[in-house]
Amino acid sequence: MTDTTIRRLEVRAPSPGCSVIELAGEVTGASEAALSDAYDRAATPGTRAVVLDFGSLEYMNSSGIGLLVTLLVRANRNHQRMLAFGLSEHYRQIFELTRLDEAIAIHETEDAALAAAA
Amino acid sequence: MTSQPDNRDAAAWAQPVDRLKVSDVAPGGRNINISGRRQTSPIQGFGRMWQKTYRAPLGGVDKTPQQVIEVWKQHFPEFWPKGNSFFAPLAGIAPGEVAALDLAMPGGLKLSTGVLVLYADDESFTLMTPQGHMFAGWITFSAFAEDGVTFAQAQVLMRASDPMYELGMTFGGHGKEDLHWTHTLRSLQTHLGGEGEITTQSVCVDRGRQWSKATNIWHNAGIRSGIYMTAAPIRMFARPFRRGG
Repeated sequence: MTDTTIRRLEVRAPSPGCSVIELAGEVTGASEAALSDAYDRAATPGTRAVVLDFGSLEYMNSSGIGLLVTLLVRANRNHQRMLAFGLSEHYRQIFELTRLDEAIAIHETEDAALAAAA
Repeated sequence: MTSQPDNRDAAAWAQPVDRLKVSDVAPGGRNINISGRRQTSPIQGFGRMWQKTYRAPLGGVDKTPQQVIEVWKQHFPEFWPKGNSFFAPLAGIAPGEVAALDLAMPGGLKLSTGVLVLYADDESFTLMTPQGHMFAGWITFSAFAEDGVTFAQAQVLMRASDPMYELGMTFGGHGKEDLHWTHTLRSLQTHLGGEGEITTQSVCVDRGRQWSKATNIWHNAGIRSGIYMTAAPIRMFARPFRRGG
């Protein structure tokens, strides 16, 4: 499989109990380890919400969407909410098509996502 | 909303739909339990969530992953096990197309349902299930090269749609599904003249069941297909009395 998508994803904690994972570049099946590692760093004790930043996403295929589903399961298991922001119209439509928008709340901006997570 | 520079994947995804629509069904297929149904991801399913990966090495085959996917798309229905039918969309396996399925069930029953082609590019394609299908989720068929060998892979991410299907999956359904996709990969492997052991990996992603989705049973395509078949004599009798019949 192509390894162009395997790279470390940035994780930050802009507010207490809330972590942001920056989904930059490509999200495909080859991103599994990088995404899992990012979630491990984001889900510290006390994390109540994990926010996905799609602002720098360039490419995502159906395997990438599958990874988001498994990430959501991990978050639910840890009693964490999952939110998203920065989706282009295209990726927003994919969320609707795959009905991920029913489980991951979509917000326009990071501030709006963080406010909703608070 | 953010404006992003490009969406290289845009052409590979189906256009947004709220419910499935079937315009033309390939000869032999039936538009039962498809039109009007919503597509379902694993989030909308009832049972435990599973990720199953079936992988076939194509040793001795001099084809790129793209060429393998091209062949797989073209001959997809031919690789299915006997008794199960995939009625490919007339436009082929392309994003947004809907295919009809007849699946063999115990007792000689046929379960009629369908799938939406959620995603298709030159290295993979993904089929997403509608309400009433045995499982809620999708299956991605892909090909890739590793250490000089091309592999074909089918990966399912699913939950059984309702309690009845979950029971069926627990008591033999998972094994039947494994046989189905192993057979499919072996058929592809044989068609391409390849060799190598087919591997199966099953991971339970979520052991929890979503009891709030138990009402999915209303759409159960197995039950509805059974009713449809049982009512066939009545439909035949009523045909002459229908308007314009």
